Amino acid sequence: MTPTIAILLIITFVVSAVGLLLLIWSIATNQFGHGSLAARTIFLEGEEGHSEDPARTVTPETTDDNIDADELRARGQADLSSRRATMAWLGSAVFWLLVGSGYGLLTSAKFHWPELLADSEWLTFGRVRPMHLNAVAYGWASMAGVGTAIFLIPRLFKTALVGGRYALTGAGIWNLGMLLGLVSINLGLSDGEEWLEFPWQVDILFVIGGALCAIPLVLTAANRRVAHLYVTSWYLLAALVWFPILFLLANLPGLFPGASGATVNWWFAHNVLGLWVTPIGVGIAYYMIPKILGRPIISYQLSLIGFWSLALFYSQVGIHHLVGGPVPTWLVTLSIVHSVMMSIPVITVAINHHGTMWGHFGMLRRSPTLRFVWIGALMYTVSSLQGSMEALRSVNVITHFTHYTVGHAHLGMYAFLSMILFGAIYFIMPRLLNWEWPWRPLITLHFWLVSIGILIYVVALSVGGWLQGLSLLDADTPFMDIVRLTLPYLEARTLGGALMTLGHLVFAVHFVAMLTRRGKDRRQPTLFRAGERQHKHSSVEVQQ
Amino acid sequence: MKRALAIMVGAALILLLAMLTLVAMPYVQLSSEAVPEQLEPYTTAQQRGRDLYIANGCVYCHSQQPRDPGFSNADSERGWGRPSVPGDYTFDQPHLMGTMRTGPDLFNIGARQPSVDWQLLHLYNPRAVVEDSIMPAYRFLFRVVDTPAEGDHVVKIPDPYGPESGTVVATREALELTSYLLALDHTYPASTLPQAEASQAQGEGR
Repeated sequence: MTPTIAILLIITFVVSAVGLLLLIWSIATNQFGHGSLAARTIFLEGEEGHSEDPARTVTPETTDDNIDADELRARGQADLSSRRATMAWLGSAVFWLLVGSGYGLLTSAKFHWPELLADSEWLTFGRVRPMHLNAVAYGWASMAGVGTAIFLIPRLFKTALVGGRYALTGAGIWNLGMLLGLVSINLGLSDGEEWLEFPWQVDILFVIGGALCAIPLVLTAANRRVAHLYVTSWYLLAALVWFPILFLLANLPGLFPGASGATVNWWFAHNVLGLWVTPIGVGIAYYMIPKILGRPIISYQLSLIGFWSLALFYSQVGIHHLVGGPVPTWLVTLSIVHSVMMSIPVITVAINHHGTMWGHFGMLRRSPTLRFVWIGALMYTVSSLQGSMEALRSVNVITHFTHYTVGHAHLGMYAFLSMILFGAIYFIMPRLLNWEWPWRPLITLHFWLVSIGILIYVVALSVGGWLQGLSLLDADTPFMDIVRLTLPYLEARTLGGALMTLGHLVFAVHFVAMLTRRGKDRRQPTLFRAGERQHKHSSVEVQQ
Repeated sequence: MKRALAIMVGAALILLLAMLTLVAMPYVQLSSEAVPEQLEPYTTAQQRGRDLYIANGCVYCHSQQPRDPGFSNADSERGWGRPSVPGDYTFDQPHLMGTMRTGPDLFNIGARQPSVDWQLLHLYNPRAVVEDSIMPAYRFLFRVVDTPAEGDHVVKIPDPYGPESGTVVATREALELTSYLLALDHTYPASTLPQAEASQAQGEGR
């Protein structure tokens, strides 16, 4: 048995290493071609150097930029072609964000007020906690990610969306799955494994809903009018391949008993982050940052190394959730090695995102989309490097089984992903509705509420969790002393969570106001600082 | 289209490689693990209690996997037991190893707190037995009656934690959950523990 495993293990390491070398060689010898040309495919003829910032559909008549008029009109049509499908996914996402935040806040409060709403089995801690996770992971993050992908696909392929009604139907089925799944958990019908709580019968709806979204993606790709696929489409295409495979396999009922069930559970749970929401978030940032700055990413080759190394390493990190647990040591070691190797894609992405921003940080003062997206991108770098550290045995022995891990999860799912999704929604909506965001102060308020909220959240749980972990390792500390030790940090977490929830309410109100076209009929984009647009424009041009 | 297809196929192949290493290989190895001789399958009542454990999300605060003393000595020193081995989970579907210790590890709770009445009182109101506990109360697993009927399991609740009037009796669910908790007793020896660690773990008791 052991020699077989050893041989298989050596083979996979060799395959991984050869794959990486092959990739480096092919990029070094320009096998992917295009290079800097490919990085410019997201710009229209004559658009480079012009910031595209949220403003209602730009047409040749409404812009004084010397951008090719035909291409500009074509892009306007591409944007509108995805309108209904995008709106369905994004609108649902905002709804589930509110639901998920409510359950999250209740969960957090129950940590330090255990008697809060304790007499109802529908509101007991152990049910509202997984309802929070599933509502925000599959309702908010996944639906907002898919909605943004559907919007970006026609833009990236410079053609109208083909088969948008499949995606629209997909949204309906996905929402039905969300509703049935959350009700099932509330009734106590959970499947029992973290990230996989929805009963497998309900999971079928997610597979169908997700597959229906892949149809327009493939059809539109077949119809594309660009020579090169921009790196964002790589991430989106791959994510939509990965998620259905993962979700289907992990949810197959009764296939993996006992300890091997635990390995499949965590292999899946970390891949939801690594191969589903991460490529979506990173892909969106790869589009938004250069578009708003009006300058291409600094190294296109590097972005491709980042993509394939992410695929290779992120797919094998899951078992670091079972460090010290009853699974074979080689398996844990394999995942730790890959967790550390993850710093390669993370650093390449960081060089590109932040390197492209370099010298243009002033733009953060005025552009809501850029501010949300770049902070998200920065938090991707931070949370990923933190994750690599956390996988190391010496760190993991402290942080595992503590609130520290929960803080890390929110740094990734919220400070990274959700911030990018907020930014994307601020970018997309004016183009679909031909209307500006009604009230600038609400965007400012939303930004500061969620930013301060998540800061309190992550700092509180990181400090509290670390102390908790150290105390757990000291058997002379009575268990209840550790519980008392963590209480102030758990209370701080509720404060942070309340601020975030408040921010979501502000965001949702603004979203609905946008849908109903409140506010003035304006042509100028809604930015944090009005009146700086022309000025900023000229300064960007000077730097070219 | 060709390039788009290449990306998608490439992405799928990489995931397949990961499935081979992280799903298929562990499955093959773990399914050949020895089942400890003294490990017994769950009875119907215990299994139903386990379902309640799942339904009410106990796993979100309690792990069921004492760590290896070679990795972290504290688990065995706290009396949580020897490190668990894959065979211990043979009858667990789904697994409930957990990732959080807001509360203590429960792998051997049946050996640590073998009293049915302690478990029931603790479920009714954890603060009645553990000062400052932040565990939720599971009063919805109990009924309050004026006079207990024949065969009712009466739970004596000390003041001031009981109801204003009436007697608290455990529902069948509360008794099943308790029987599952008492079944969480893995103090038997595990032959598949690596030798050096096994002797060390045995020396430290449960």
